[in-house]
Amino acid sequence: MLSVSGLTKRFGGFTAVKDVSFSVEEGEILGLIGPNGSGKSTTFNCVAGLYGPSSGSIRLEGREIGGERADRVCHRGIGRTFQIPRPFRNLTLLENVALSAYFGQGGKVDRAQCWRLAEQALDLVGLPVDPRAGTDGLGAAALKKLELARALATQPRLLLADESLNGLDQGEMEGAADMLRRIRAERGLTIVWVEHIMGVLMRVVDRVVVLDHGEVIFSGRPAEAQADRRVIEVYLGAEES
Amino acid sequence: MDCQLDIFFLEAILNGVLLAGLLALLALGLNLVFGVIDVVWICYAELVMIGMYAIFYAYTGGVPFPLAALLGILAVAATGALLHWVVIRPVLDQPPINQLLVTGGVLFFLQAVATMAFGIEFRSLGIRLGSTGFADMTFAWSRILAFVVALAGMLALWIFLSRTFLGTAIRAIAQDRQIMPLMGVDASRIYLVTSAVGGGLAGLGAVLMVLQYDIYPQIGLQFGPLIFMICVLGGLGSMAGGFVAAFLISQFIAVGGSCMATEWGYAVAFLFFMVAIFIRPQGLFGVRG
Repeated sequence: MLSVSGLTKRFGGFTAVKDVSFSVEEGEILGLIGPNGSGKSTTFNCVAGLYGPSSGSIRLEGREIGGERADRVCHRGIGRTFQIPRPFRNLTLLENVALSAYFGQGGKVDRAQCWRLAEQALDLVGLPVDPRAGTDGLGAAALKKLELARALATQPRLLLADESLNGLDQGEMEGAADMLRRIRAERGLTIVWVEHIMGVLMRVVDRVVVLDHGEVIFSGRPAEAQADRRVIEVYLGAEES
Repeated sequence: MDCQLDIFFLEAILNGVLLAGLLALLALGLNLVFGVIDVVWICYAELVMIGMYAIFYAYTGGVPFPLAALLGILAVAATGALLHWVVIRPVLDQPPINQLLVTGGVLFFLQAVATMAFGIEFRSLGIRLGSTGFADMTFAWSRILAFVVALAGMLALWIFLSRTFLGTAIRAIAQDRQIMPLMGVDASRIYLVTSAVGGGLAGLGAVLMVLQYDIYPQIGLQFGPLIFMICVLGGLGSMAGGFVAAFLISQFIAVGGSCMATEWGYAVAFLFFMVAIFIRPQGLFGVRG
């Protein structure tokens, strides 16, 4: 469904991502992991259209999307969440999500439909669909859910989830992981999940791609990754620093 | 100083309220653009001036007034969009002082062009709406009309901002520019629409002003600083703040002008502004320091 090949992104003299290649099959949950600064977020931002790649290609269902504007990438069916939830505080929950539903589909869907899609998305992640509910007083877990609902409301076929578990306790992490599984089952979504914590992710993903210093050092099944010497070194090394 | 709590004092207060409607409308336009794009159109009053001339030439050229008014609004809306595309877009990522200076450049450019193109004569549409009396007080119909239409214009904008997705995006984008594209929003389009709406409000202001004031190339100098001051007093970017500040400042001008001389009204208003900013630098409703 998504195929990234030879992706390189330089910022001035610094190469954040170097010749990264991986592909995501339809219906799969792919984990993209690596320690801080390994280039996962940069890779993500290239796919989502926030950065144009310096070289290489990004194809969604065979069509080149590398270097396309973020809003166009969104219209093509890629939704994303942010590492740090960024709700619009002056809008209600429902407005936050409905705005995504409307613009995420290029403004071509009628209003009533957008409100319905927003309610569905809130319901799917387990947030109140009360039209008066605001974003005040939402905890870390609820904000992540809102972030997810906003991405889902754009009706993506591919969901890019960025560090969804950061700042959650163990129980909330398990809940979030189960939710991604359930969303895949209900919506038939393909998911790329970026995370630097390996734990819960490994239980849920079908495959992992491990990045270190901007390069792919491992690609395969989660169980194999946990046994891979380089992956272990990278993770132990990261914990020491 | 001659100030008594008599019927003329009440008349001054009510005239202040009528003036506030127009000022609130213009402050709203400036605040809208600043709130969304984060750039102060220091040349906002000059857009009003362009609108007044557009209406003047359309009307004296034989176009009926309502149609001329509509043309004026559309002309200024287009000018607003053009201003954004040609002048603001290239400096969007530059420091605020550059953005301010660039729109300041537009201010003097528009004044100079207007002087060359239209001459320095004071022009008037020659429409007299007359006035109405009520318990010894007199109010010009043109002012009452301006007040009612300005309120209607603000109400229409409020409905647009709160009831449409485009309006909701305009309210939201001020908070977080980066995330918008990831929700599928083309930010440059939102900016352009906002600029056109901001221009349209200046155009509506022009319609209401041509019925009350003479038109000349420097008329912006009379209103521009006042509108800007109202926005800052209310808290730049705060639409509610601008609304309240417009009513406050208008009272200083109208009551001060009635008790003393008109110029004193302005002096007291600006003095109040300075003291208020010492005490509350972010403005009455402002959140930015």
